[in-house]
Amino acid sequence: MEFFLQQTVNGLTLGSVYALLALGYSMVYGVLKFLNFAHGEVYMFGAFAGYGVLTVLGGAAGLAVPVWLALTLMFVGAVVVSSGIGVALERFAYRPLRTASRLAPLISAIGASFFLQAAALLLFSANSRSYQAPTLIPIENSLTVGPISVWVVRILVIVTAVVLMILLTWWVRASRMGKAVRALSYDTEAAAMMGIDVDRVIVITFLIGSALAGVGGVMVGLVFGRVFHLMGFIAGLKAFTAAVVGGIGSIPGAMLGGLLIGFAEAYTTAFISSTFQNLIVFGLLIVFLLVRPRGFLGRPEVAKV
Amino acid sequence: MSDIGVDRWVAESEERDQRYTGWLGPGRRLLDRIPSGWKLVAFLGVVGLYPMFASQAGVRIGITVLLLAMLAIGLNVVVGWAGMLDLGYVAFYGFGAYFYAIVSSPHLPAHWPTWVSIPVIVVASALLGALLSLPSRRLIGDYLAIMTLFFAQVFIEVVRNYPRLPGIETDLTGGPNGITGVEPWELFGFAIDTFNRNFYLLLVLLGLVIVLLRNVDRSRTGIAWRALREDSLAAAHMTTPVNRLKMLAFAVGAAIAGLTGTVLASVQVGVFPNNFLLLFLITIYAALILGGLGSIPGAVIGAIAVAVSPEILRNPTAAGWLFYLALILLLVTVLREPLRITSVIIGVAGFGYLVRLAAVAIWGDTILGPANDAFLSEFLDAWALILGPAQDIASSYAFVLAIGGVLAVIVTKGWWRVALLIPTAYVAIFVWENKLALEPSITRQLLFGGVLVVMMAVRPQGLLGTRRVEIT
Repeated sequence: MEFFLQQTVNGLTLGSVYALLALGYSMVYGVLKFLNFAHGEVYMFGAFAGYGVLTVLGGAAGLAVPVWLALTLMFVGAVVVSSGIGVALERFAYRPLRTASRLAPLISAIGASFFLQAAALLLFSANSRSYQAPTLIPIENSLTVGPISVWVVRILVIVTAVVLMILLTWWVRASRMGKAVRALSYDTEAAAMMGIDVDRVIVITFLIGSALAGVGGVMVGLVFGRVFHLMGFIAGLKAFTAAVVGGIGSIPGAMLGGLLIGFAEAYTTAFISSTFQNLIVFGLLIVFLLVRPRGFLGRPEVAKV
Repeated sequence: MSDIGVDRWVAESEERDQRYTGWLGPGRRLLDRIPSGWKLVAFLGVVGLYPMFASQAGVRIGITVLLLAMLAIGLNVVVGWAGMLDLGYVAFYGFGAYFYAIVSSPHLPAHWPTWVSIPVIVVASALLGALLSLPSRRLIGDYLAIMTLFFAQVFIEVVRNYPRLPGIETDLTGGPNGITGVEPWELFGFAIDTFNRNFYLLLVLLGLVIVLLRNVDRSRTGIAWRALREDSLAAAHMTTPVNRLKMLAFAVGAAIAGLTGTVLASVQVGVFPNNFLLLFLITIYAALILGGLGSIPGAVIGAIAVAVSPEILRNPTAAGWLFYLALILLLVTVLREPLRITSVIIGVAGFGYLVRLAAVAIWGDTILGPANDAFLSEFLDAWALILGPAQDIASSYAFVLAIGGVLAVIVTKGWWRVALLIPTAYVAIFVWENKLALEPSITRQLLFGGVLVVMMAVRPQGLLGTRRVEIT
C-alpha cells in the first residue's frame, strides 16, 4: 500500500509535467489546428535554461543566493528562453505556412524539432546534466502525508502546476485575450472578421504554451534529474498523447490526459517493467487513438468539404 | 482569388507559358521534348558508368544514394501522392531488413533462397503497410502522423528489447547488437556480394520501381490518390474508394521500403537497430522535400543531394568550399543587387579585420588558432577570428547569435538588411570555422532539419517541382 501510494505521488508529479506540456499542444492545436512537433524541444531548452541559471548562480552545491530566489530565477530563465523559442518558431517556421497545404506546417514542425535537437547537441554536447536538486533542497525536507513522506520539491511541482492551470483556465475563460483565443479556435476566419488580431492571438498562444513547457522543463530537472538533448522528443510524444487522450483543444482535457499518462507511466514502471515503459504507454495510446480519437473531453469534429 | 472553379490545366496555363521564356527557356523546351522514358534510360546509363570510375568508397556512397532514392520514391507514394504524413516509414524499411536478415543468416536455422525470401518480404511489408493504414480510416493529418510515429517507436523498442519481451525463447532480432553475418542476395546462382554488383542491383531495382510507379501515377489510381490528397471528403463524394486507396498507398510505400531494406541487410552484411532511427526518417524526408513532394525525378535528385552532403561535410576542404559557396549563393539570391552584394562582402572582411584587431588587443595572440582548411587558411587568417579549442564556449554563444542574426535578416528589408547581414555573415563564418566544420554529424542534422523548415517556407514545391495550384 505504501509503495502504491508512493507511486501515486510519482505519477502525480510526472502527470503535472505532462499536463503542462499537453496544454501547449492543446492550445496551439486549438487555434492553428496543427500539431507543433517542436514543442518537446521548447521544453528541453527550458530545462537547459534552468540548468544554465543554476550554474551561473554557483551550482547546487555552492549557491550564491537563497534557494527560493535561485528557484524563482531558474523558472524565470526557463520561461524567457522557452517562450522566446516558441514565438520564434511561430514567426519563422509556421506563420509563412498558414495558407499552405495541411502537410506543410507539419513537415516544417518536424524539421524545426530536429533542428532544435541538433542545436542543443551542438551547444550542450551529448552529456546529460543534473540539477542535483537533492543538494539544493535536501531530501529530508519532506512532508508526511499519511503513511508516506513526500519530498517538498515534488509538492512544489504539483502545487505550481495546479496554480498555473487554474490561472490559465481563468485566463481563457474570463480575460479579453482568452476570449479571443477561444474565438479563434472556434473559427479563425470569422474571428478575423470580427476584428480580432489573429497574428497577435496566435503569438500569445505560443508564448503561453511555450512558457508552460519551460516551467515543465525545470520541474522535470528538479524532480527527475537528468537534462539532455533528447529529453524533449519522448516527453513531447507523451504529452501530445496526453492532449489527445483528454480531447485536443480542451484545456481541462489536457490536464486530465496529462495526469492519466503520468499515472499510467508510473504504475507501468513500478509494477510491470521499466524496459517496456514506453512500449506500454505507446501501445495504450495507439489503442486509445483508435477507439476514441476525440478524447475524453473533446468535441467531435464535423468535416466540411 | 480568381482560381475558383478553375481546373488544374487552366490554372497552370500561365506558368506553362512562362516556362519557355527567359534564358533557361530553350533548354527547358529541349528537355521537355525528350520522352521521359528516354530520360530514364539516359539517367540509368550515366549512373551505370559511375562504378567504373569510382573507388570502392565511392561506390559505397553510390549505394547509399540509391538506397535513399528508393526510399524517397516509396515515401513519395504515401506523402507526395496520397498526402498522408507517414512517420513510421522507416519501420517498414527496418522490417524488410530484419526479415531478410533473419531468413538469410546463421542467426537462426531458417534459411531461404533469395527468390523465395524477396517476394515473401515484399508481400509481408505490403501487408504490414496495409495493416498500419487501418487507423487512417479514422485518423487524418496530425493524428495519423503521431500514430505512425508511435509505430516506428514501438518497432525500434521491440527490436532492441526483443530478448527481454515476456514469453520469448528464441532471440529473433539480436537485441541492441543486431544481426550479423547476413548472406547477400543470390540470383540464378550469382551472388551479389561486391559493392559494384550491389550498386547495379539497386540501379535495376530503382529503374523497375520508377517505371512501375510512373505507370501507376498516370493510371486511375494515381489520379485518385491526388484527389484524396487535395480533399478526401470531396473525393469520397465522387465515389472514390478512399479507404482502399489509402491502404494501397501505404502498402505500395511499405513494399518498396521493405525491398530496399533487404538490400541494406545484404550490403552491410548485417542489420542494427541504429539503422532505423528518427535521424534516418528525417533524412528520407529531407531528400523528398528537397527534390519536391510528388515528383519522382525530384526524389532521386533530392536523394543524391542529401546522401552526398554528409560525405562532403566529412572532408574539411570540400566542406569549407561548399560552405563559402553556399554563403555567396545565398547572398546573391537574397540581395540580388551587385552593389549590395559587394558592400556586404567588403563589409564582412572589414568587420572581421576590426574584430580580430580588437580581440588580439584585448586577449593577446593566444586566442588565434590554426584554420581548419589548408587552402583557405591564408585567406581566412587575415580577417576571420579563429579561436583555439579552449574557447569552445564562445562559439556556442556565437551560434545562438548567428541564428538570431539570420532570423533578424529575414524580417528586415533594404539597407537595414545589408547592415545586419555584415555581422551575421561574419558570426556565421566564425561559428562554421570553430564549431560546425569540426562536428560534421551535428552539422548534417542541423542541415536536414533546416532544409525541411526552409523548403516549406520558401519553395514547398522542391528544387525542381512546379508550383502547386490551390483550387478552392
